[in-house]
Amino acid sequence: MRVHTRSGRVALKVPRPASRLPRAPIAIRRAILVAFLVASFTMATAQSAPPAQNLLNKPAPDFTRQDLHGHALHLAAFRGKVVLLNFWATWCAPCQVEMPVFAAWQRQYSPQGFAIIGISMDDDAAAARRLVQRLKLDYPVAMGDARLGLRYGGVLGLPLSYLIDRNGVVRARFQGETDVKSMENQMRALLAEPSQKK
Amino acid sequence: MRLGPSGRAGVFAALILLCAAPGRMRAAGQWAAPPPSSALSIPASVLLQPEELNHLLQTPTAEKPLIEKPLILQVGSHVLFAQAHIPRAEYAGPGSQDAGAQILRNRVASLPRKTFIVLYCGCCPWNRCPNVGPAYKLLLDMGFTRVKVLYLADNFGDDWVNKGFPVESAH
Repeated sequence: MRVHTRSGRVALKVPRPASRLPRAPIAIRRAILVAFLVASFTMATAQSAPPAQNLLNKPAPDFTRQDLHGHALHLAAFRGKVVLLNFWATWCAPCQVEMPVFAAWQRQYSPQGFAIIGISMDDDAAAARRLVQRLKLDYPVAMGDARLGLRYGGVLGLPLSYLIDRNGVVRARFQGETDVKSMENQMRALLAEPSQKK
Repeated sequence: MRLGPSGRAGVFAALILLCAAPGRMRAAGQWAAPPPSSALSIPASVLLQPEELNHLLQTPTAEKPLIEKPLILQVGSHVLFAQAHIPRAEYAGPGSQDAGAQILRNRVASLPRKTFIVLYCGCCPWNRCPNVGPAYKLLLDMGFTRVKVLYLADNFGDDWVNKGFPVESAH
């Protein structure tokens, strides 16, 4: 719409949509802007992984994956067993020191109800598969992703392992190069605990 | 420098020990881990502490226009990057792998060699990280003169996220 101003200049006036609400006072608009900025900042920082300690003594987040052989891997199906959930990657040197030890535990303690689940945080499944073969790992290994990592408090450094008791509760967390003897002692203590599952 | 007979014998004995060590590990039934990473080869003078980088990122450009914001490149795995990374950081591929090195090479190929670049990984403890060393060397070989490497002693989670420094998620 073309209108003439008092100064005689011609200006274009765009009609407001009928549904548009009247403009809020400037103080309210500023408050909304501040709230928006605060919310944006909070969301940006809140996207960080939750503190991993929050998982201790809480039910382990359940997941279903396909292992590297194509078999279904469902954490809940391990209820009644003590589970070592180990996040690793082919480029992680300390991981490769631990994993053969874990494989030996699997053979030694599985009759008592011990199981290991390996989660590779590699980008490339082929590399993970090659290492599993080379290390002759005989426990199930699946590929992880960011979604699973975030459910476990953020897997933002490797190796990372969780001990889960027979009732599916996270009982210990091991980050970085770990004293495997201490881990084994904690695992054996959990094996000695009774299961609530009937 | 000339070595006497006893010095030569010492060097010889050291070489024997170095060669025999991996064999001993395998003989003990333990997998011989990959050798310590080249992160240890990065000069201390180019290391950037997490607090320093955070301060650099938090300083408003409007207040101190002379402070240059670096190009931040994550040279670890994409699964880790997708969970959390430093705001404005770009994924540049794991530096220890050929495919990762190619991503990094492509990303910086057209940049002026004086570009301020910060590399980081944080996949593993610093002395075990396989990625930052090769990535740093690649940039030096390409002629970049202002490359810093973020020193993450244990991992990105402990040394950045858990310290409350800002992160973004690609997920």
